[in-house]
Amino acid sequence: MQEINRAALIKRASELLSDGTADRVLGWKAGEFDYDVTPAVFHSVEELEKDFVWGDFCGANFSKYLIKETQKGDGKVIVFLKPCDTYSFNQLLTEHRFDREKVYAIGIPCDGMLDITKIKSMADGVLSVKSEGDEVEIETLYDGVIKEKRENLLPDRCVHCKSKKHVSYDELMGEDGEVLDSGRFDEVEQIEKMTPDERFAFWQGELSRCIRCNACRDVCPACTCEKCVFDNPDSGVENKAAANSFEDSMFHIIRAFHVAGRCTDCGECSRVCPQHIPLHLLNRKFIKDINSFYGEYQAGETIGSRAPTVNYSQDDIEPSEAVERGGDNA
Amino acid sequence: MRKISIDKLNSLFSAIAENETLYLPVDTKAGAKFEKWHDGAVLSDALNTVRSAKDFFFPQTENLMDFKVDGKNIEIIDTREECEDFVIFGVRACDVKSFEILDRVFLAEPVDSYYKNRREHGVIMSLACTKPHETCFCGTFGIDASSPEGDIVCHMTGDALCMDAKTEKGKALLSRLDSLTEETDGKAVEEQKKVTKERLAKLPLASLSADSFGAGKTEKFFGAPEWKELSQACLGCGTCTFVCPTCQCYDIKDFNTGHGVKRFRCWDSCMYSDFTKMSAGQPRLTQLERFRQRFMHKLVYYPTNNGGLFSCVGCGRCLSKCPIQMNIVKVMKKLGGKEND
Amino acid sequence: MQVNEYKPLIVAFCCNWCSYAGADLAGNNRLNYPADVKIIRVPCSCRVNPMFILRAFQRGADGVIICGCHPGDCHYTSGNYYTRRRMSLLFSMLDYLGIEKERTRVEWVSAAEGAKFAATMNDFAEKVAALGENKRLEDLRCKK
Repeated sequence: MQEINRAALIKRASELLSDGTADRVLGWKAGEFDYDVTPAVFHSVEELEKDFVWGDFCGANFSKYLIKETQKGDGKVIVFLKPCDTYSFNQLLTEHRFDREKVYAIGIPCDGMLDITKIKSMADGVLSVKSEGDEVEIETLYDGVIKEKRENLLPDRCVHCKSKKHVSYDELMGEDGEVLDSGRFDEVEQIEKMTPDERFAFWQGELSRCIRCNACRDVCPACTCEKCVFDNPDSGVENKAAANSFEDSMFHIIRAFHVAGRCTDCGECSRVCPQHIPLHLLNRKFIKDINSFYGEYQAGETIGSRAPTVNYSQDDIEPSEAVERGGDNA
Repeated sequence: MRKISIDKLNSLFSAIAENETLYLPVDTKAGAKFEKWHDGAVLSDALNTVRSAKDFFFPQTENLMDFKVDGKNIEIIDTREECEDFVIFGVRACDVKSFEILDRVFLAEPVDSYYKNRREHGVIMSLACTKPHETCFCGTFGIDASSPEGDIVCHMTGDALCMDAKTEKGKALLSRLDSLTEETDGKAVEEQKKVTKERLAKLPLASLSADSFGAGKTEKFFGAPEWKELSQACLGCGTCTFVCPTCQCYDIKDFNTGHGVKRFRCWDSCMYSDFTKMSAGQPRLTQLERFRQRFMHKLVYYPTNNGGLFSCVGCGRCLSKCPIQMNIVKVMKKLGGKEND
Repeated sequence: MQVNEYKPLIVAFCCNWCSYAGADLAGNNRLNYPADVKIIRVPCSCRVNPMFILRAFQRGADGVIICGCHPGDCHYTSGNYYTRRRMSLLFSMLDYLGIEKERTRVEWVSAAEGAKFAATMNDFAEKVAALGENKRLEDLRCKK
C-alpha cells in the first residue's frame, strides 16, 4: 500500500497541477522550526517542493480558508483534508459558504497531531521534533534528546478523536478509517457531576483568563458571519476588552450557542487559545445535549442535513426538564 | 552588589511585600503568569510569562472617568487615584526594554497621566536569562538577555540571587533589604553572563538581522509584493498584539451602565476589522493592509519617529502563540533581503 | 414598622398574542403579582435571542422568564417550538456553567390564562427571591 508522506502528497498535487485539474494548492508551509507550520497557497510544483510540509504539526483545518480562496479566480483549488476537516468541509457546504465546483478535495489519513504545548512543557528549548513510529524524539537546547511516547503528546482533540473516516472528498489517499467512540463526552460528564458551585468556580477559573483576542472565533470553521455581532458597534455588545467576568462569559456563551448544531467538534478553538481555555468543552456540552434531547446528530456528517437547532418536533422536552436531564443523562 | 541564598528567597519576598505589593511569575495551568506574592507562592522556572509585563503599566482595560447624568446636568467624575508602590520581580530583559518603548509613547507630550502614575510607582526587579529558548531573538534588537536593565538587576547564580541596584528607586528598596542580604563581588555573575552569552550566540535565531529595516524605510517595504503571501493565512485575530509587550494601541469607549456612563479604554488590535474605524469606515480595508501595518509599525514607522529604536524586543511570544504560526521572524526573513538568507 | 424586604427584579418576555394578553387579563381581573416583574412584549417568544437574556442579567435582572403561546397554538404556527429547543439548550448550558437554574424559566400562558400568569409570576418571584441577588451573571459596572 502506498505510504502517505510529504513526497506522495507533493507528487499527487503536482500531477493535478500539471494536468490542469487545478491551478493552486492549499497546503502547509514549513517554518523556522519543525512545529511552526503555516497554511499557504502553492501555485507551482517548485513552490511545493521548496516549502510544502506534511507532518505532526499540520493541525490547521483548511475548510474555512476555502470560503475566501474559492472566490479568487476561476480555477480549482486542491485542498488536503484530514478526517476531522472533512466534517467542517461538509458543514460549510451545507451552509452554502463556498462553491464545491471550485475545490478538488484530497482526503488524507491522520494519526493525530502533536501538541507543541505538551512538548514544550517537558523540554527546555525545542530544537527539533521527529516522529518515529510510536516514539517522538525531541532535540532540546538544555535537556539533550528526549524520547517520549507519541500517545502522551497528542492534543486533547486527537486523544478524543471522533472519527478517522472521511465524509467528503474527490479522491482519497491511503485507507479510510472508522468513526470512533473515544469518550469525547467524558470531560463534559465530569463537569456535570460537580455541584453548581464547583461548576461555577471551574468555569470562572477558565473563562477569566480570556484576553478576548478572538482567535477562537476567527479560526472556527462554523464562525463565518460576514460581521460578527461582537464586532458590530451598533449591536450594543461590541467590546474589545475582557472588562469583567460577565463579558467573558457572555462572549463564550453566545459564541458556543451560535455554533451549536453546526459545530463539528474539530477542536480548533482550544488549539489556538493562547490562554489554554478548554473551549471545546462548551461546544461538546451542546453536542451532548442535542444528542440526548433530540437524537444523535453529527454536524457535517452529510451535506444538507437540517440541524436540530433549526428544527423541532411536537413532543420535544420542556426547558424545565432539560435542565434536570442535562446533568443526569450521563 | 548584594546576594541572598536561594533557599531564603521566600524571606526576601516577604520582606519586600511588607511595604509594597510584590508581583512575581508563578506557574499556572496555562503557563507562567505574574501574580501577587503571598506566603508560599513559588517563583516560576519558566523562561517567561505568557502575557507580557506591560499589563502592569498599560492594563487591558481601565476606567478613565465616569459621567453621571441628572436631568440636564452632567457630572464628570475623575476616577484617578494615586497608585500605591509596587514591585515586579522577575521581569526579563526583553520586557524591561519594552517599558522604554511604551514610555516613548505614553510619556511624550501630552503625557498619559494614567500610565505615568503606575510607571512612577513601580519598581522593576529584572532577572537575567540563563536558558534562552529557540524562539528568543532579543539580540537582534541589541538587547542582552544576560544583563537586563531595570531598577534592580537580579541574577540567579546557582545557589544565590545576586542583586544590583541601578536607580534611586532600586537603591532605596535594596538598602531596605540589607539585613537579609550580604555583599558580593559579582564574580559569579560575570561567570554566568559569559555562559549565557555563549548560549545566546548558539540560538537558532541568533543571526537574525534587523539591519535592512529601520527609520525612513517606508517606501522600500510598503509596496513589497511579499506582503500578499505573508498575510494570506492571517486570521485577523488579536493574539499577537495582545501577548506583545510593545503593542500599545488602544480604543476609548463609553459604556452605558443604565444609570450613567463609564468611559474606559481597552487594548485594540490593528488586526481587527474595526480598528481605527471612523465615520468613513476603516482605513485599512484588507487583512493584507492590517497585517502590514503591524509589522511596518514595529520595524519602520516606530523607528522613524523614535530615533531608530525598533518596537520589537524579540521576546518570541508571537512565535509561540500565533494560531497560524506567522510572526515577525518570518516577515523579517522574507523581506529582509540577503542579510537574513 | 415595615421590614425592608429584598425584592428580586424579574424580566418577563411575553409574546404579543398569548402571554401578553394573559398578563392583561390578570390585570383586568385585579390579580396580584409582584410589581418588580418587568414585562417586555415581543412579537413571538422565539424572538428572544439568548443575548436578550444575558443582557437582562447584565443590567441587573435577578430572574428572566419567557412566556409564549402553548405548543401548537403559536400565532406563527411554529415559533414557540423553536423557543422550546433553544431555551432547553441555553438553560442547560447556563446550568453547566454553574448559574442557578431557578433564575430562568419558560412558561406557556394563553390569552385566557390570566390566573396562570399571576400564579406563575408569584411562584417565579418567590423562587428567585429565595436565591437572592444575581451574583453569577452580574456586571459590576451596572450596579448602582
